[in-house]
Amino acid sequence: MIAIINYGLGNLTSIQNMCRRLGLEAVITDDPQIISDASKLILPGVGHFKRGMENLHRSGLKPLLDDLVLEKKKPILGICLGAQLMTKHSQEGDVDGLGWVDASTVRFDQSKDNSMKVPHMGWSEIAITSQNPLWSDLPAEPRFYFVHTYHFLFSEQEEVSATCYHSYDFACAFKKNNIYGTQFHPEKSHKFGMRILENFNKL
Amino acid sequence: MGRIRIIPVLLLDKGGLYKTVNFKNPIYIGDPINSVKIFNEKEADELLLLDYRASIEKRGPNFAKIAEIAGEAFMPMAYGGGIRTLDEAKQVFDSGFEKVVLNSILFDDLSLVQKIGATYGAQAVVGCIDFKQNLFGGKRVYGLSGSKKSSYTPLQWAKKLEDSGVGEIMINSIEKDGTWGGYSLDVISEVSHSVKIPVIACGGAGSSDDLKAAVKAGASAVAAGSLFVFQKKGMGVLISFPSALQIRI
Repeated sequence: MIAIINYGLGNLTSIQNMCRRLGLEAVITDDPQIISDASKLILPGVGHFKRGMENLHRSGLKPLLDDLVLEKKKPILGICLGAQLMTKHSQEGDVDGLGWVDASTVRFDQSKDNSMKVPHMGWSEIAITSQNPLWSDLPAEPRFYFVHTYHFLFSEQEEVSATCYHSYDFACAFKKNNIYGTQFHPEKSHKFGMRILENFNKL
Repeated sequence: MGRIRIIPVLLLDKGGLYKTVNFKNPIYIGDPINSVKIFNEKEADELLLLDYRASIEKRGPNFAKIAEIAGEAFMPMAYGGGIRTLDEAKQVFDSGFEKVVLNSILFDDLSLVQKIGATYGAQAVVGCIDFKQNLFGGKRVYGLSGSKKSSYTPLQWAKKLEDSGVGEIMINSIEKDGTWGGYSLDVISEVSHSVKIPVIACGGAGSSDDLKAAVKAGASAVAAGSLFVFQKKGMGVLISFPSALQIRI
C-alpha cells in the first residue's frame, strides 16, 4: 500500500486519482501508524517551500519520515515541492529542508536569459542521465508536466537521474538509494506519468 | 522553440458543457466527463474549465461537479468561475485542480491573488482578462462575462495583475470568441512583451496556423474552445486535439 503523505499542501487527490485508475492501493494520510505500515511513501506538494517545511514540522511527521526513509530505507517518491523539500535548503523563504539529498533548491536564474519566462510551466521532454527502475519501459520521447519557479541544484551529479531544458539545463529528477524525486508531476502526465507510478509501486 | 502548450477551454453551465460566440448564444456540447475522457485519450496538454455564468449569477463553484470532472483527468486542470475567497480556492485545489482562474473578483479584491499565492504559489493563479474593442479602436477590459466595462486597457490591467502576483495571464478577446477568425495578435503581442509571466492567448482560434501565430506573437500558451469541440465552423460537435507533430514550430 502507498501512503500519500498529507501535510496540508498539494495535489493529493490527483495522485490518488491516478493510483486508482492504475489499480494501485493508495491512501491519503497523516496517521503515523498508516505511514509506518505502508510499503511505499509519496511526498507530494504544491506551494511555498517555507510553508511546506513549517507544516511538516508542525505535523510532527518529520522525525518519523527521517527514520522510515534514512534508517528503514522505505522507498519514497517526492513530487514537485515534495521533492524540493528533500534538499538541504531552499532560496524560497531561505529555509532548510529535510536534507536527504546533496542538493539545494534555487530560483530559475532569469539573468541568464532575458526572455526567459518564470514559472517554467508546461510539458517538457526530459533527458535521462542515469538509469533507474522508475524509467523502465517509458514510452518514447517521454514528456512530463512541469510547473515550478525553483529547481534542484546538485553538488553530486551522480544523484541526478534526468535533466530538462528551460533556457538552460537543470536537474529534474534524482535518485539516492531508496529516495526518488521528480520536479515534474507524474500524476498529471498521462501515460508517461502512469508508467512512473506503476514502476514506483513495483520497487 | 519546443512544444506549444495547447489548452482546450470548456465552458461549464448547469452540469453540461457549452460553447458561445462573442460570449453569447451557448450551444450544448455534451457531458463534461465524456469530453474529459476523450481529451485524456488524445493526451491534451492541459484543460481549462470555466463555469462561465457563475459570477454573473452570483454563484460559487459547483464543487461536487468539478471534483467529479477532475477525478477523470490525468492532465493539468484549471478551474475558473465564481471563486471569491481563499476557502473556495482551497476547495477547488483539494478537488484535484492545479490552478484557479480569477476574473470578475479581481475588480473588487485584488488581494485574493496574494492570499491564494501565499499558500499555493503564484503559478496556481491565472488572471483572466476579457476585453473588447470599441468603434474607435480603444480597448477595454470587461468583468462578469463581458457585461461590465472597466476603465482599464488590456495592457494596464495585465500590468496590474502581474504586480498583484498572478503566475499567468490569459488574454481573451470577447469579439473573437467563437468566430474562428484568428486571435487578437496585436494585443497578445503587446501584453506578452510587457510582462515577465506566461501569457495564454484565447479567443478566435480557427486552425493550427492561428495557434502558431499566437506563439510567434509572444504567447507562452494557446487556448481555444470551438477549434477543439466542433468539426468545423458551423458544424457539429467533435472533440479533437492536434497531434504532437501538427503543433511543433
